[in-house]
Amino acid sequence: MLLEQSPPVSADTPIPITLTINGQRRELQVAPWTTLLDLLRERLDLTGTKKGCDHGQCGACTVLVDGTRVNACLALAVMKDGAEITTVEGLAGLGERKGSNALHPIQEAFIEHDAFQCGYCTPGQLCSSVGLMNEGHAKSRDEIREAMSGNLCRCGAYTNIVDAIEDVMHGGAR
Amino acid sequence: MNRFEYVRAGTVAEAVQAFGAGARFIAGGTNLIDLMKYDVEKPGRLIDITRLPLTGIEERDGGLRLGALATNAKVAYDDRVAQRYPMLRNAILAGASAQLRNAASTGGNLLQRTRCYYFYDAGTPCNKREPGSGCPAIGGVNRIHAIFGASEHCIATHPSDMCVALAALEAVVQVSGPDGERSIPFAAFHRLPGDAPERDTTLKPGEIVVSVDLPERGFAQHYTYLKLRDRLSYAFALVSIAAGLELDGDTVKTARLALGGVAHKPWRNVEAEALLVGKPATRDNFQAAADRIVAEAKPQSENGFKVELARRAIVRGLEQAAAGTPQSLSDKRIQ
Ligand SMILES: Cc1cc2nc3c(=O)[nH]c(=O)nc-3n(C[C@H](O)[C@H](O)[C@H](O)COP(=O)(O)OP(=O)(O)OC[C@H]3O[C@@H](n4cnc5c(N)ncnc54)[C@H](O)[C@@H]3O)c2cc1C
Ligand code: SF4
Ligand code: FES
Ligand code: FES
Repeated sequence: MLLEQSPPVSADTPIPITLTINGQRRELQVAPWTTLLDLLRERLDLTGTKKGCDHGQCGACTVLVDGTRVNACLALAVMKDGAEITTVEGLAGLGERKGSNALHPIQEAFIEHDAFQCGYCTPGQLCSSVGLMNEGHAKSRDEIREAMSGNLCRCGAYTNIVDAIEDVMHGGAR
Repeated sequence: MNRFEYVRAGTVAEAVQAFGAGARFIAGGTNLIDLMKYDVEKPGRLIDITRLPLTGIEERDGGLRLGALATNAKVAYDDRVAQRYPMLRNAILAGASAQLRNAASTGGNLLQRTRCYYFYDAGTPCNKREPGSGCPAIGGVNRIHAIFGASEHCIATHPSDMCVALAALEAVVQVSGPDGERSIPFAAFHRLPGDAPERDTTLKPGEIVVSVDLPERGFAQHYTYLKLRDRLSYAFALVSIAAGLELDGDTVKTARLALGGVAHKPWRNVEAEALLVGKPATRDNFQAAADRIVAEAKPQSENGFKVELARRAIVRGLEQAAAGTPQSLSDKRIQ
């Protein structure tokens, strides 16, 4: 779905909203049918977040909304008015060395553990991993696997992804 | 996706008032937006209900009241739900993915639509999507379809896991609408397709689910939610079972059993449940109840396997419940 293909239906669209995206406050005008994913990618050039299926079936579009992981393809931007959004581009800013431009520990761990091949699913995997750690429910390896099942990886990097998450959860990755 | 008007409701009354022909409420959006992308749903107006004050989980009459906008994740990870209604927790966590459960709401989960392939494909006929156009699933691709309670007009299943547990727990759905408020027992909330498969539930136009009430009895000692599917996670149930037992020593005092993935609504057979009461919790007795349930099965051309799968799932689910060893959510081996 391309954004702004057709003109708004009525005079009162587009709708003004405010989002804080990766720490930056943005005042935006959006048509109500714009998904959060399309807003990020097509309008704000935050193309790190990927569109895999556009139907909630792959997790490539996973972002954090107020710290919680969700599928950006099944969210309307207008409904997130007032929210704080973190995409893969903003993960570094969440790390302990905030402001230093250093990678988030989970990003370092993905590199360390070779947790990707083509990289297409990786932004979603990274955001999902951070969401998983924020939630704090998954502890064992089996629980991590189950809690990451919403992120498909066609390259099959699953084992290494779980290694990377375990490493960060147990304070391993530098 | 079609163009639509967007309205953000601040109160239940405002939401009900904003309703009209072609309008839809939207909560988590995980089902509605998906269907809009396929042009299966083409609402002229979306009423955003996510700002309504219905996100809480409260104590009520010895049970819990789940706000219609409490997310699936919030309900599943609520300590009271985990302790008193672990069957519900497990059913929710067996469904969808963590991301989807973070967005999906209690009300939206009840009202999610079938995953029938033809329903999703606006290029094919479908009585549920377009009344009177026919049901190509009958004699077509129907591996995932119903074996109980279907009609010559529709053989779709209700895809929810959460609702299977809510049926076993005998929850009550509280709704508010143009004619005021009313309570709907869970068994009367979803419909069988009959000759009106376009209607999934007994909700009237403009009625909004405000909460789901859990009665006191939670079967927290003897329960399971066992879900069988094509892959071990992030897939809809082919057959699932929510089982709850109350035992007096070895004797069954109360039995509740609901099946998912097999009918247009969570499937219960109260006669089969009654068969278990007063009898020892043995495999033979579980087998008899299972036989009683599947005796009514009417499989389609491609889903005959569901009959035996359901029979075995019932026996295994009752064994898990009786032994107090519910199906693990992360260790997928079925013990
Ligand atoms: C890839 C994928 C996999 C999934 N797997 C599973 C699974 O394994 N098991 C499972 O159970 N579910 C599964 N789901 C479905 C998911 O659980 C539902 O999409 C979700 O519960 C719907 O809730 P929502 O709040 O997002 O609903 P919405 O999409 O917002 O709404 C759905 C419908 O409910 C109506 N509605 C919403 N709230 C109310 C209310 N309070 N009163 C009246 N009407 C209302 C809307 O008008 C709409 O018609 C899956 C979904 C996806 C996309
Ligand atoms: S089974 Fe129901 S939903 Fe599927 S094609 Fe037939 S009428 Fe439509
Ligand atoms: S693009 Fe959103 S889940 Fe696949
Ligand atoms: S690294 Fe290629 S899809 Fe995951």
